[in-house]
Amino acid sequence: MEIVVVAVIIAALALFFIGTYNRLITLRQRVKEAWADIDVQLKRRHDLIPNLVETVKGYATHESTVFQNVTQARAAAVAAGASASPQERAQAENMLTTALRSVFAVAENYPQLQAVQEFKDLSENLTATEDKIAFARRFYNGNVRDFNTALQTFPTNVFAGMLGFKPEEYFELAEAGEREVPQVKF
Amino acid sequence: MAIEPSPARLSIYDAAAANRWRTIALIAAFTALIVVLGYFVGEYFAPGGGPAVLPFAFALSIGGALASYFAGDRLILAQSQARELRPDEEQQLHNIVETLAIGLGIPTPRLYVIEDSAPNAFATGRDPQHASVVVTRGLLDKLDRTELEGVIAHELSHVGNRDIRVMVLVTVLVGTVALLADWMWRSMFWGRGRDRDRGGGGAIIAVIAIALAVLTPIIATLIQLAVSRQREYLADASGALLTRYPPGLVSALRKIAADKEALEVANKATASLYFANPLKDAPAFFDHLFDTHPPIQERIKRLEAM
Repeated sequence: MEIVVVAVIIAALALFFIGTYNRLITLRQRVKEAWADIDVQLKRRHDLIPNLVETVKGYATHESTVFQNVTQARAAAVAAGASASPQERAQAENMLTTALRSVFAVAENYPQLQAVQEFKDLSENLTATEDKIAFARRFYNGNVRDFNTALQTFPTNVFAGMLGFKPEEYFELAEAGEREVPQVKF
Repeated sequence: MAIEPSPARLSIYDAAAANRWRTIALIAAFTALIVVLGYFVGEYFAPGGGPAVLPFAFALSIGGALASYFAGDRLILAQSQARELRPDEEQQLHNIVETLAIGLGIPTPRLYVIEDSAPNAFATGRDPQHASVVVTRGLLDKLDRTELEGVIAHELSHVGNRDIRVMVLVTVLVGTVALLADWMWRSMFWGRGRDRDRGGGGAIIAVIAIALAVLTPIIATLIQLAVSRQREYLADASGALLTRYPPGLVSALRKIAADKEALEVANKATASLYFANPLKDAPAFFDHLFDTHPPIQERIKRLEAM
């Protein structure tokens, strides 16, 4: 009789463990998928910047520091994209956002540049991409929140560490940089 | 940066799981309905012939369910005379849809336009990988960007919640049931002369068959409406959560409510798909029982309470 009781308890525990484990795996997978979305948009932004720099350079010939800064910031962001954690990446991206804003500030001093179709297209594309980054980040952070909550609530928190689950990092862009996309007035 | 708390019930994964069960229940109910209907039709035309009809009824309902699962969205798009937008057309709309789709974590759906000046929209498809969003010309012309974002976010929530699959099935299957019942009703009416020599048992069966033929489309319609109205509130809520800007959707609802034009290509079967009731003719007789959409005032009230 006792054997049956013990067996039932063990079976129930095993089922509980399997269920929890699979749930955590699913949630973590969603975090990874959401991260891939952010990655795509960040890469897209990196790809747009050299063209923008070239276009602005053609008109604003005396602003080499600004261009150097943005080129360096972009290189750092691309490098961070290869390996770094969300937090480090967010830092590099924030630097890039700041540098990019100074490029647009410079561009405002050159009225002829504002009329160039290529410049208009590029700045529109960048604005759209930054919008997408903001939404991708929101989706990612939502999934991280779900995963971390599942991980840190009782009783999962007792054995999640043993199974090798660690809380995921949020992707936090600078408060100001979040909504303030480069505003270009024509 | 604050991580906004979202009510657990609004997670698209939860809604999607609920809709999976709803799909299964819907197909089961449809099959049962057709089989029962088929049995009585068989009994009516030839006493004792009911069981012989069953295989056909099964095949019909399974075939119908499969067809509407795989081709229902194309059927609905064609019926609505929707035209697919080229990537270079309506750049703003493309941007809005792409951006919001990223925010929901779904692939960008295909975009269609209906050349009609009544402002409206709907989403269809069997899953987010095979989804389409349809807007009317009137919606593009009459709404500004934040309003358009509100409407698109509402429609994309239907996609993310997998409402679209249920809606396709409901639209096509309920349409089929209505058609069948209609056909039965007429064949009984015209076929009555043949059956004068029937016994009492036959008469009872005939009464049941007639009752079923009358009741079936009504029941089917009620199911369709009941499913539809709750979904609209949920899609409004998750749409507002996506844009973080309920006033955009509220303003769009106001504009659409003020617009008295009916959408030509919409009919009773497809009406419940749309963002707002496209028929504009709330029947006074059954009144709220047959409303395909929750009252716009109620939707606005709920959004403003957020």
